[in-house]
Order: sequence, then C-alpha cells, then structure tokens
Amino acid sequence: MTRHRRRPVRAAIASALLPFLAIGAAAAVEPREMLADPALEARAREISRGLRCVVCQNESIDESHADLARDLRRLVRERLAAGDSDGEVTRYVVSRYGDFVLLKPPLKASTYALWFGPLVILAAGAVAVAVYFRRQAAPASAAGAPTGAPPSAASTTPLSAEEERRLARLLDRETDPSRVDEGHRP
Amino acid sequence: MTVELGHFALILALTIALLQGTLPLRGAARGDVRAMAVAPAAAVVQAVLVAVSFGCLVAAYVVSDFSVLNVALNSHSSKPLIYKVAGAWGNHEGSMLLWVLILALFGGAVAVFGGNLPLGLKARALAVQAWIAAGFYLFILITSNPFARLLPPPADGKGLNPLLQDPGLALHPPFLYLGYVGFSMAFSFAVAALIEGRVDAGWARWVRPWTLAAWVFLTIGIALGSWWAYYELGWGGWWFWDPVENASLLPWLAGTALLHSAVVVEKRDALKGWTIFLAIITFALSLLGTFLVRSGVLTSVHAFATDPERGVFILALLVIIIGGSLVLFAWRGPSLEGGGLFQPVSREGALLLNNLLLTTAAAAVLLGTLYPLLLEAMGGGKVSVGPPFFNAVFLPLMAPLVVAMAVGPLLPWKRGALAAVLPRLWVAAVAAAAATALALALLGDAAGIGLLGFGLAAWLFAGTLTEVAARIQLFAVPLRVSLRRAAGLPRAAWGMTVAHAGLAIAIAGMTGAAIGKTEVIRALAPGETVAAAGLTIRFDGLSQVAGGNYEAIQGRLTVKRQGEPVAVMTPERRIYPVEGRETTEAAIRSRPWGDLYLVIGTTEADGRTVVRVYVNPLVPWIWTGALVMVVGGAISLADRRLRLGAPARRATVPATIPVATARSEG
Amino acid sequence: MAQALASPASRSRLIYVLPVALFLGLAAYFWIGLGKNPHDLPSTLIDQPVPAFALPPIAGREHGLTAADLRGQVSLVNVFGSWCAACRIEHPFLMRLKSDNVVPIHGINWREKDRDAGPQWLKRHGDPYTRIGDDPDSRAAIAFGVTGAPETFIVDRQGTIRYKHVGPITPEVWTGTLAPIVARLRTE
Repeated sequence: MTRHRRRPVRAAIASALLPFLAIGAAAAVEPREMLADPALEARAREISRGLRCVVCQNESIDESHADLARDLRRLVRERLAAGDSDGEVTRYVVSRYGDFVLLKPPLKASTYALWFGPLVILAAGAVAVAVYFRRQAAPASAAGAPTGAPPSAASTTPLSAEEERRLARLLDRETDPSRVDEGHRP
Repeated sequence: MTVELGHFALILALTIALLQGTLPLRGAARGDVRAMAVAPAAAVVQAVLVAVSFGCLVAAYVVSDFSVLNVALNSHSSKPLIYKVAGAWGNHEGSMLLWVLILALFGGAVAVFGGNLPLGLKARALAVQAWIAAGFYLFILITSNPFARLLPPPADGKGLNPLLQDPGLALHPPFLYLGYVGFSMAFSFAVAALIEGRVDAGWARWVRPWTLAAWVFLTIGIALGSWWAYYELGWGGWWFWDPVENASLLPWLAGTALLHSAVVVEKRDALKGWTIFLAIITFALSLLGTFLVRSGVLTSVHAFATDPERGVFILALLVIIIGGSLVLFAWRGPSLEGGGLFQPVSREGALLLNNLLLTTAAAAVLLGTLYPLLLEAMGGGKVSVGPPFFNAVFLPLMAPLVVAMAVGPLLPWKRGALAAVLPRLWVAAVAAAAATALALALLGDAAGIGLLGFGLAAWLFAGTLTEVAARIQLFAVPLRVSLRRAAGLPRAAWGMTVAHAGLAIAIAGMTGAAIGKTEVIRALAPGETVAAAGLTIRFDGLSQVAGGNYEAIQGRLTVKRQGEPVAVMTPERRIYPVEGRETTEAAIRSRPWGDLYLVIGTTEADGRTVVRVYVNPLVPWIWTGALVMVVGGAISLADRRLRLGAPARRATVPATIPVATARSEG
Repeated sequence: MAQALASPASRSRLIYVLPVALFLGLAAYFWIGLGKNPHDLPSTLIDQPVPAFALPPIAGREHGLTAADLRGQVSLVNVFGSWCAACRIEHPFLMRLKSDNVVPIHGINWREKDRDAGPQWLKRHGDPYTRIGDDPDSRAAIAFGVTGAPETFIVDRQGTIRYKHVGPITPEVWTGTLAPIVARLRTE
C-alpha cells in the first residue's frame, strides 16, 4: 500500500462495507486547529464543510481524518486569518484541485444537466400527467379519438374484440352511478 | 465436507432454477396445468437447497473452519458468536449468497402461500423469479464462490472489520436485502403480467402484499443503517447522501410510489402501464443498489478494474434483466392503458401527484449519484455531488408532497373539490402555524426556512388525524359509535394513517437534527468542564477497559444541569488488535426531546483529551418515526383483503385469454 | 411514416421505448466507467506557471526550493516522503536518471513528521535531487494540487507546469510518456 492509495478509514474498509453503508470516520476538526475568534472559526467550519477531502470517499475536509484534509483545514484558517474572504479561500482551493473539491457542484455548462435535470424531469412528468387528463377528458365515444384506449387502435385498425370489451366497460363504468364514489365521506 | 455440500447444493439450485424458468413458462403458454405445477414445487426445492447452502457457509463460520478462504479472510476464532454468524454476510461472496437465499425464500413463499393465485400468473411469475435466481447463482459460482478452499489452512483468520462488529450492523444487511430482493416479487409479477398481456385489480391485490412486505423490510434496513451511522461514526450525523445510502433510498422512493399507484390499479383499474413500469424500475434500482455500489462503480471504479470479471458479469446481468424487461414493457405496455376515469382533483389525482413527486425525487437522486460518473465518461471533467446538491433538490420536492399527503386521503375517489376539503384541515393549519412559531421562539430565526420542517410535520400529523377522525365521525356521533367505527375500519386504512403519522414524526426529528444541533469541541484536562446547551460536562479522566476482543480507553464524564448531576457517561475509543483498527464508541443519553452525544478523541501532548459534545434535539424521533411507519406497513399487511389466503377472484387460467398486444406491432 | 410518427398514438408508443433507450445509454456509460480510475484527478495546473512558493532546505542541505529555481531549463519536480512506500519503488529509477544526467530532478520532501526523517531516508537510498524543499505542512503540496506521493511534475524552461504524473515513475512510464515530453519541451 502506497501512501497514494492509502485512503482514510472510509475507503480503507470500503470493500467490506460498500454494499451496506456510508462509511465515515469520527469528526476530525481538532481543538488545537481552531481559531480563537469564534466568528472566524465558524466561517472556517462552514467553508470546510463545503470542501471535499480529495483523497476520501465522500467526506468533507471538516469530517475527515486524512492528513491532507487536516492540512487543508489549516490552510483555510490561515487564509481567513490573513483576511481572505470566504469566496477567495474557496477559489484558491478550487484553483489547485479543480471543481472536484466542491461538494456543491458549481453551476456551469458541464453541470446544467445536473442542476436543471430534476426540474426538466418534473416538468416532463407534469406534462405527461396533463396529457393523461386531457386524453381522459376527450369524449371516449368519438371513434378513433386518442382516448386511454390502446394507441394502436388509432384510425386504421378496427377495434378488436378485447378493445370493444374494454371500451364497453369504460363507458359502462362512466354511467354506472354505483361506481361514482367509493370514497369514505363522513 | 460441509462446505462441499454447500457448494453442491448451490449447483443443484441452479439446475432447478433453469427447470423452473422454462417448463412452467411453456406450460402457461399452452395451458398445460401439469407443466405449470412444476413452478411452485421447484421454487420450494430451490429455497431448501439455497438454505442448505447458506447454512453450510454459516456453519463454517461458526466452527471457524479456516480452510475456507472466505472464513479465513473475514473471521477470527476470538470473535463473539453473533459476529461469527454475521461475518458470513459481512463480505462480498457471503452477502451474494444471502441475496440469493432471500430471493429463493421469497419464491418459496409465493409457492407455499400463493395457493389462490391464478395458475398461469403464478407459473410465469415464478419462472421470471427463477431466471433472476439462475443469473445470480451463475454469478456466485463463476466469480464469487464463497466455498473456495484455502490449503493449507492458516492458524487463525484475519478478523472482521470492527465497525461491523455491532448488533445494529449485523442485522442491517439481512433487512436491506429482504427489502431489495422483496421487490423482485413485484418485478416478477409485472413481467408475468406483461407476458400474459393483462393487468387488473386482482393483479394489483396479489402484488401489493409482497411489495408492502419488501417496503417494510427496506424501511427497517435503511433505518438501522442510519441509526448505526449515528451512534457509531462518532459525530451525530445520520444521513450523508453517500452513494451507498442513495442506493438504498432509490428503491425505497420508487417502491413507495409503487405502493401508492398499485392502490389506483386495485380500486380504479387505472395507471396500469405506469404501475408495471414502476414495479420494473423499483427492482432495477434495487439491483443497481446492490450490485453497482457493491462493485464500486459509483464510488471507486478501481475495485471494478481490479476484478473485471465480476464487473462485466454484473453489467451483463443487469442489461439482461432490466433491459429485457424494459423491452418487454415497450412491446406490451401500450396495451395496458385504459381503465377508470378520474378528475385531477380526486384521490387518484392525489396519488398521481404522489407518484410524480416521488419518481422525480428518485430520478433527481439517481442523477446526482451517477452524474460524476456520467460526466467523466463523457470527458466533461470531474465533479463531486455532495449533500448541498441533494438537499437543494430533494427537499423542495418533498415539501409539496408532505403538504399534499394531508389533503389526498380526504379527497373522494374519481372527483373531488379542494374547496370542500381544505376547510376541514383547519386544525392541521393551526397546528402547523403553532409548531413553526414554537420552533422560532425556541431556536431563533437563524434556522430560517428550516423551521418550516416543524410546520410540515405538524401539518401532516394533524391532517392524518383529521382524516381518521372524519372516518370514524369523532365528535359527530357518540364516542361509543366512533370507537365501533374505528374498529370496523379496514386495516389498510389504519396502516396508511399510522405510516403517514410516522413520517410526520420522522420529519420533526430530521428537522430538529438539522437545525437545532449544538456542537462543542474542547481539549480538556481531568477536572475541567465544558458547557453546552444548559449543561455542564466535567471530564473526570481516562481509564483502560478490556473488552472481549478489543482494548478500550474509556473517558468518564459527569453531566450536570444547574449543579445537579444528571448522568455519568463513558464514551470509549476501542482498539481491535487482530484487525489493527480503532473505533469510536460514543456515549449517548437519549431522551424524548433529544440526545446528549459525547465522544472522546485523542489525548494531546499536554495531557488534555479532546472531548466532543453534541446536543441533538429530537433525533430519536427519526427512528421512532421510521418504526411507526414500519408498524403502519405491518398493519396494512394484515388487512383481510390482502391476506394471502383471501378467496381467489377469478377461476380462469389467464393463458387462455387472447393476448391483446399481438397486433400492436404494426 | 412521418404522418404516423406525428399521430398521438405513435408518439405515446415512443414514450414506452424511451426507458429502454435511457437504460441502454446508462449501461454504455457504466461500460466506459469500468475502465476509469476515480482517483485520477486531472491537474488544474497544466500549462499554468508554477505556483509561487519558497521552501526551506532540509537538514544538511544549503538550498531550499523556490519557484524561481524552476526557470531556465526543463526539469522534474518530484513529491516524495520517507513515509511513502511507492516512493521507494520509483527511487532506484530516479537514481538512474540522476547518474545518467538525463534531466534535473527537484524534490519536495512532503510532510515529514520528523525533521531528520527525510535526510536519513536519502542517505540510505541515495539522493537524486538537484534541489530539495522541505514541506512539512503541505504548503507547496497544496499549491501544486498534490493529493498523494509520489507525484511528478514536468516544468518547462519558462517555469510552466506541462505535465503531471501520479504514482511511481517506472522505466515504462518514463520511456513511454515522460521522456518524449521532456524531449519535446527541450526543442521548444
């Protein structure tokens, strides 16, 4: 095992635990590393929580026991003490290790799909639901209309026996008052 | 010898699975009852064989047979018995065997308890189940044989990772696998229905108990894992959005959606194609969870690269199982449309909203989990996707879901009106406002929007109670009548009420843990004190304690409130000499309103010991809530209509029904 | 056909095919992912001037290492430590490069807990370095974006980082990858 492959606790035991759990080590920020000024220390903690320990599995440098994480924690505090803004400290670390160190990926061309993906999925789902209701609302009796019936039934193919049955069931249900409300109303 | 027996039983199980995967399928297609009857018999034999196989491995662990490579690598003679047993599934090969054991047991259970299933559906579902099993038997036998011998045997084993030597964690994998694998039943039923070409209310009713059981197990598994992380990892975190955790959350989200959409199929004969799709996706996510994470594709591809045989095998299996079923769905799915009509504002509409939000959330978590891999594969560079992303995306999707959860159950089927329902939720609205205001008063406005979490929890809890109160006409009729009505409510209804209330409790706990946490880290000399959240904690000193297979340094801390001693707590650092590892054992004082969580760290050169103090309000509510949800699921599972022995609804063999999809190829 | 595609029926048919397509795409990415090592972190510093740094000498040496030392000729900057097992693996080869006088190798002696550990290690295994900077608390290592040892940077005449190699330098790595880069940079 080289130092290079020597990853901290999380990764070292990953082979055994991988299927089951997130693996973490005890919180690692040590009292002797901390800044005397509580406001500055709070900023340092906040920044550290957003920076990934690059040699770890999925930990921030604030949580990690790794030597490199400790050195980065110290660097963050030194820079803050020297008067850097939070953004400057983060930018410095990113300039050395790349976007990989940011636990919150930056919004840029390569991450548009990540950040807007969920929104697009939600919108697509909402559209699909809307289409579903529109088709339902279309008069089921109009021949060939895009109803909830099998799409292959459109215009050219005549309805099969099964589809006739289904349509009949559909219409029947629509007019059957006993089926209207199965809810439990007080 | 035992080990060879286990190996042989597994090979036999493979041949039985191949038989079970072919004959009944043919029988179902031709209406041959005798061929179909092979399926349940084979499923039972398979279950017995795999149980024997698994039993042999456990036996090798119990007697510490270090001539078995797997035992030598993962056990040690000095381990307590429970961890010798748990060690059997604490490694890749053994956990794979546990996986197929559970798969075979589920198949056996369908064979034994599914007496009222239509013969064709049962034969086909068991055949599909057998194909999955055959794939994984092959995987184990070819790439991950737990019965390989090591000659000459070493004097003793290498031991089990000490982090795994914990009762919570010993039980965690079996429950997680019961959940993952349980969803295979829904999958097999879905594929069987696609082969048959029909889905109806009866199908939904047969699938529901299996899905519900899997959901209950998975909920237990996730809760156990998160609880373990909380008390064992030593800083009071309970959820990390780690790929490993996400892998268990994904099938849970999809499975929850599936449970709800299956209700619509059962009650209204609608959303059939969608429900089939969800059944496939839920199991696909379970497979992804078990195997891609297990193989390290998500976390460390290196593990894969060093063992390409396993990686390729797993990928091929996933492509066949998931890809194959999706192709079948693309072919047969369109014929499953149709069914009962309903308005957007209705019970079905609310369940559809539930599905929309849950599946979007699952897709978002999947996207975040896979994105680093996808981007790198496309040459887009390396990014990390951490908790800030997941919180930013997941929570806004969950908030409206929780709001709707109080409204949905009050809506009637088919069509309803919000104007009629919302006024009935005034109690919930008042409760939400009161909870938010109380949290603001106690915690201040620094927590910001997080305070709304308490409001949501109160809204959901009160809304859920409103629904059940309305059903039993509480206060509208004499109490005696209400109680009689309560007793008469279907268990499934009670299950829903309890499960929803459990989620409300868990949300309160999660919110408290997220925004109310106090952390103080100090290096203390013996006799020095530290103050946190109104408590004074004195560090009394360290002592050496010997455990069974570890040595511990134990810290002693006296906790006082206003000068009155309330507790003496003893966190430890344990050193396991066999494995050469160290663990942190937090001391936790759990009370309903929160935990006091103490950890000791290293002792510095000046003789001071690092003491970490965490006050985590409401954290126990997270697991209490999960437990209540599990109870809700169990109650629902006991519903008469879902009982496995419920009378069969149709007698015809479905295979004789013309397959509607044959034409839709053109 | 175009008309058929436009009909709502075929469109909804397409929706059923979409999951298959998505899944197969995903599987393809997994396939590509099989061959990748997630611990390869590409350097952000390629084609950037070496970071400003000034390291003191290690015990027993007169000169440390500064950014200015890396200007003037093509050189290697090798991050090493006495605690690093893989550094032992590449060390004999670095000694050979030194004795053949192929290219100047500068060392960053990283994160020695004990001030004498680095010098003693070099005494035992040989010292291939032209200049060595002592970096006990990772100042230069972080400035170079180092994640582990050994790592080796190729710096051109202008003092610009042109390549980063992670892990030990083996003869294969040298002849296959590093030597051609060094040769090319010399002709620039």
